[in-house]
Amino acid sequence: MRTALVVLRKDLRLELRTLETVPAMVLFALVTFVIFHFGLNRPSIAGQLAAGVLTVTLLFAAMLGINRLFVAEREQGGFDAFLLAPVDRTAMLLAKAAALYVFLVVLEVIAVPAFKLFLLGPSLGRALPGLILVLALGNLGLAVIGTLVSAIAVHTRARDLIGPVIGLPLLLPALIATARAAGPLLAAGHAATAPPGRWLLILALYDVVFALLAYAVFDFLLED
Amino acid sequence: MAAALALVFFYAPLDASQGFVQKIFYIHVPLAILSLCGFVFGGVLAIGYLRTGDRRWDMRSYVAIHMALIFGIAGLISGSIWAKASWGHWWVWNEPTLVSFLIVLLLFATYQPLRFSIEDPERQSRYASVFAIVGGAFVPLNYIAVSEATAYVHPRVLTLGGAHLPPSMGLTFVVALLAFTLLYLTLWKYEMAAKNARAQVRRLRRTLLGDDSVRPVGRSAAPS
Repeated sequence: MRTALVVLRKDLRLELRTLETVPAMVLFALVTFVIFHFGLNRPSIAGQLAAGVLTVTLLFAAMLGINRLFVAEREQGGFDAFLLAPVDRTAMLLAKAAALYVFLVVLEVIAVPAFKLFLLGPSLGRALPGLILVLALGNLGLAVIGTLVSAIAVHTRARDLIGPVIGLPLLLPALIATARAAGPLLAAGHAATAPPGRWLLILALYDVVFALLAYAVFDFLLED
Repeated sequence: MAAALALVFFYAPLDASQGFVQKIFYIHVPLAILSLCGFVFGGVLAIGYLRTGDRRWDMRSYVAIHMALIFGIAGLISGSIWAKASWGHWWVWNEPTLVSFLIVLLLFATYQPLRFSIEDPERQSRYASVFAIVGGAFVPLNYIAVSEATAYVHPRVLTLGGAHLPPSMGLTFVVALLAFTLLYLTLWKYEMAAKNARAQVRRLRRTLLGDDSVRPVGRSAAPS
């Protein structure tokens, strides 16, 4: 646990000093909103369409972060150092997933208000707590699967290709659940204040299963 | 296999509403079921590799997934033909079985590119095993998410309450399923035998002719 915290702190400090990943993710999300505006040719959107645009944008922006997650470790020999240290290897999974989670939260803190400003028609006020809950659960899935996929992809030759190609199908159930749970919250007129429980349940189930799975298999990805 | 085909063509009654086309059911459904089972089977075999570190388990898992992929594509094509005949469209989106099957197929289509892009053979088998396990667990989860997201149009032939088929059709279906299972297992064993034989021939040639005269194995997706 302490090892995980140390690695997490190292990752966050690295990100704060280089400002490499998160600003790129945020910029990517903003540009994607603009692209969606012109692609859909609408001044504002609502309901399921808005939820879909938001989730897809966040997913692709997250893909950028996922691709970069282990690159520093690989280039600077962080893997070898970590393997030499007498610590539990699962700490790496925990730390990297937590770092990715933090990146995603920062991304959303900027991207969701921007989404409201640029694209969303109905006001967000009453639906906000529900939306935060949905995104928090969705981030968990993204962080866990993202770390796993990133750890697989980083040692391959075509890692920028392999990451998204494996990651997107694996994340599809999370995307479906997040988009469907957020849909009613963003509806025009009487928007629901609470997300549908069924979808939250599926999202939570997905998170739990893949978290356990990642915990079980992650050791083998670091052995060398 | 021949018995199953004979039953399909001569014994099973023609479907009242769909006529002759319904016969494809006896080919398409076993193909699809076996392909999904093959992916899960590959995941289970991959656990064997990670537990023992024995390369033969990895080869078994590879062959299982390889075969399942072929069965899956055949199942998708036969299903598409059937869908065209009975629903009037080659592809329908509001259909959980179809869509979740496509997603699983897309995921496992990345299995071979992943293997290809890792050079070190041992790391290749380890990463492929991790991928196979995650993919195997993904199959049921994905099905839950997609089936929640869409309405049903597939004929619910095999529900939890039992098969809703007239006995003669039921018998034919069971025989066809059995025949395809045997086909899958036979192909699997055959491929395994071929791979083992090839490895043995290489080893013999190397001892007989000396190390230099035998070309090294090129980079390959298949474990050797």
